[in-house]
Amino acid sequence: MSATAKYWRIALGVAVIAALIIAPMNFNRYGLYILSQWAVMTIAAMGLNLTLGYAGQVSLAQGAFVGIGAYAAAIMTTQGMPLIAALGVAVVMCFAIGWILGYPALRVQHHYLAFVTLAFSTLAFLVFRNEDWLTKGIYGISNIPRPNVLGFATNRPLPFYYFCLGSLGIVSLAMWWLIRSPWGRAFVALRENPVRALSLGIDTRRYTLMAFAIGSALGGVAGTLYAPLTQYIDPVPFNLSLSLDLLMMVIVGGSGFFFGPFLGAMIAVLLPEWLRFTEGYYLMLYAVAVMLLLIYSPTGILGILDRYLSERRTKAASALRAVAKSRLETAP
Amino acid sequence: MRSRIFAGLLLAAVSAGAAFAQGGPIKLADVAELSGGGATVGNNWKNGIDLAIEEINAKGGLLGRKLEVTHADSQSNPGVARAQVQKALDNEPYVLLGPGYSGSVKVTSPLAAEAGIAQIMGGEAAELTQGGNKFLFRTSFGQQSSMPKVAKYIHDELKAKSVAIVWVNNDFGKGGRDVITKEFAKYNIKIAADISTEAGQADFAADVSKIKAAAPDAVFIYLNEEESARILKELKRQAITVPLVGETTLVGQKVVELAGDAANGARGHVGLTTDAPVDLVKAFREKFVKKYNYVPDHNGLKGYLAIYMIKATTEKMGKVDAKRFADTLHGLTIKAASEPGILMDVTFDEKGDIDRQGFLVEIVEGKQVVKQVLPKLN
Amino acid sequence: MSNLLDLLVAGLATGAIYALVAVGFTLLWQTSQTINFAQGEFVMLPAFLMLAVMHAGAPFWLAVILGILLSLLLLGLGFKLLLVDPMLRHGVLPLAIATMALAIGMKEAVKQFFSAEASPFPSIVPAGDVSILGRVVSLQSLGVLALAIAVVIGLTLLLNRTSIGHQMQATAQNPTVARIIGVPVERMILLTFLINAFLVALASLLITPIYLAKFSSGEVLGQAAFIAAIVGGFNQVRGAIAGGLLIGVVDNLAAAYVSTQYRAAVPLALLIIIILFRPQGLLGRPEERTV
Repeated sequence: MSATAKYWRIALGVAVIAALIIAPMNFNRYGLYILSQWAVMTIAAMGLNLTLGYAGQVSLAQGAFVGIGAYAAAIMTTQGMPLIAALGVAVVMCFAIGWILGYPALRVQHHYLAFVTLAFSTLAFLVFRNEDWLTKGIYGISNIPRPNVLGFATNRPLPFYYFCLGSLGIVSLAMWWLIRSPWGRAFVALRENPVRALSLGIDTRRYTLMAFAIGSALGGVAGTLYAPLTQYIDPVPFNLSLSLDLLMMVIVGGSGFFFGPFLGAMIAVLLPEWLRFTEGYYLMLYAVAVMLLLIYSPTGILGILDRYLSERRTKAASALRAVAKSRLETAP
Repeated sequence: MRSRIFAGLLLAAVSAGAAFAQGGPIKLADVAELSGGGATVGNNWKNGIDLAIEEINAKGGLLGRKLEVTHADSQSNPGVARAQVQKALDNEPYVLLGPGYSGSVKVTSPLAAEAGIAQIMGGEAAELTQGGNKFLFRTSFGQQSSMPKVAKYIHDELKAKSVAIVWVNNDFGKGGRDVITKEFAKYNIKIAADISTEAGQADFAADVSKIKAAAPDAVFIYLNEEESARILKELKRQAITVPLVGETTLVGQKVVELAGDAANGARGHVGLTTDAPVDLVKAFREKFVKKYNYVPDHNGLKGYLAIYMIKATTEKMGKVDAKRFADTLHGLTIKAASEPGILMDVTFDEKGDIDRQGFLVEIVEGKQVVKQVLPKLN
Repeated sequence: MSNLLDLLVAGLATGAIYALVAVGFTLLWQTSQTINFAQGEFVMLPAFLMLAVMHAGAPFWLAVILGILLSLLLLGLGFKLLLVDPMLRHGVLPLAIATMALAIGMKEAVKQFFSAEASPFPSIVPAGDVSILGRVVSLQSLGVLALAIAVVIGLTLLLNRTSIGHQMQATAQNPTVARIIGVPVERMILLTFLINAFLVALASLLITPIYLAKFSSGEVLGQAAFIAAIVGGFNQVRGAIAGGLLIGVVDNLAAAYVSTQYRAAVPLALLIIIILFRPQGLLGRPEERTV
């Protein structure tokens, strides 16, 4: 039973990955752009999922970290530096800022990280907008080059999409490894029962802080991809509403589920697209859909699936029990 | 004989096919700020477009073909604007309309140029038309042509030696502020205070007290209509009496409506306004109000004009030819006498910038009074 | 010096607006752990309801009454029954996210069914200025300030002097115990939602003449009020009032003496400092509950 389920799961995974690689080959430029956007937003949402779903902390600054990554990429690559250097700078900066923000906030009370990050989000926007000498202010930075990866230019939409998809793959593998490592298990222990985790000798504050800092760094990674994707950035997309959107993605997909961010980002990027035929009403319908979903399943889409699967498992288990019982009873 | 009949049939078939190809609707694509921070801009622009298309289609269309437009929402976000423009271009429209935000124009104009499709947009930032893009066209004065007129007025007529600048900190406000700062430097006008404000700001007490402390000879105000009205009220309350000078957004009817008495004495340069003392513009305004139940701002005019630019250019070519569209519009003069929809005579130069009549106006007892007509240059 | 006084008065007037909106935040938080990210839009909507009634031909006074009633129905009862009740038992976060979606939906609905344009709105306080001790103050600002003070007094009296108030406080402090001693907890919670709806409708009526009726006008307001509530203390009505007034004043002083470009940063810096040194807010009491 569980062996076949495992094979099914692997088969499904291979099919999805193959579809993500093969299907876009004859997509038009727009389709590729949307898919690349999905990959980038998924990385940012995965970072937030680590903070929110595994460590149980609300961050309202993930959009600002995406902005920091994007500005690092835009400033450095327009100066002729390689994107990988920008990536390094973005990751280190976002990690450090996350640590500095989280350290005092987590000292006090549980939900204060949300308030501190709310403030930081707006402060970051003001810096992006006001420090013209560095960020070119409200005019933004244009002509951001796309990188050469292993000697391949990614100027065309399709290679760039593969670049984004590859980055998403690497980040996913790293995340998969992380949540199975002792650290990751500590994160989960933290979420399930903080008091017990504390009594087991887990330094909860340090692990929470670590989860937040790593999550923020992933925001930076997403940003370094966002800049060459749009090839132009200005401060406006990185205001508080991006942070709120990312939060919505994680919750809608299912926070604390590994694939939650993938689904959440897909819905946030693609659902407005599918609702486009309703013209002016599409954002309204999107909002209503999100509310209805959360009323029906506050744990998001994967929460519904989870509920369904565990129900089936219980049913299967009770069926097995019934069979065993009847056998026992009929036994002489 | 038979071959001649056959040739005749063939010819008929070919021309019928051609006529059929000619008969379908002309597809236009609009990408605008329909939601988010620029929703007022984008919705005015969209309504202007829809009104013009409705008029043209009611009169039998353009060269006998209907115009058809798809509106896409950029959510006031350059990243989304790029995606939507990409989508629009993948469908090969005749002409691309929008966006209105300069940042969004900057990110999308290389795509349209690459596709060889003309883009008629609403952005006013000076730099947009200075990169040598052969497919980009304005619908209004860029800041590089309106600001020098304001600076000249402040220097020549008001004889001001020092000026306080108040601007809204977005790409519209910052662009204007940067251009006029350069112009003031040319006249050796001192900038007594340089005050940035936020879009949607409600409380201007601190900003005005800064102006008061700087004691300038004049104040240059470059905000959107709503904020203009609020700062005018505050300036009156703090009894600042030096001349207040601005652009279209300081002296519009909407500002008068919102600011009341406080708007009196405000003056400025006006490029496109529904208050212009031109009969065609007044007629446009009536039509617009009748259809949408509100008075449009200059973005409504821009959208309307964009469609009539397409009409005039296409009629000049005599056919629907996306390839030659941009070339034809460069250097074209459209006269309101022959194309009433263009409202005022206009000429497009090689960069896609426009030349049109402008006005210097002052608010006197709640009415816009034209003090000076700035003629079209050529 | 005279300049400083002007700034203080103007700051208090703006701060009173924030305070009115922030009070509702704290009420909802206290009785039902609802963080309402749509609070700014809650202030935006009643003005449009009133305008819609006026467009139908009703006189202003009738529009005001109907607008307030509709607000109680939609933003009080409807909000609680349709969104908060089904989600409350699942914790704070899904509900907070749902209110974000609600905010988007409200903005879009107003834009779509009304207009993307700002509309003027009649003022119940006559426009104009008065001179007090040599300072020129606008009557509208005074009206807002007076109302904010009246609300604090009214709410304090209600909470401390009436039996309903005592029951509400008991509900806020410990619903389980309150239920045991016979407080109709559900009814008390509903009452706070109605009070919040009434307050936002009042705020809408007072500030829309200044802010104008526009679909997006709630954004700035909601965020400022949220910050005010945190600064003042999320669990105290008087904390929200103090926080609102403080943010209004600090914002004005920052614009005048620090930098207009960074004026929005100063209240946020204040927020961070307060969280570090006095996490329960200026006038709040320390919370035992963690979220």
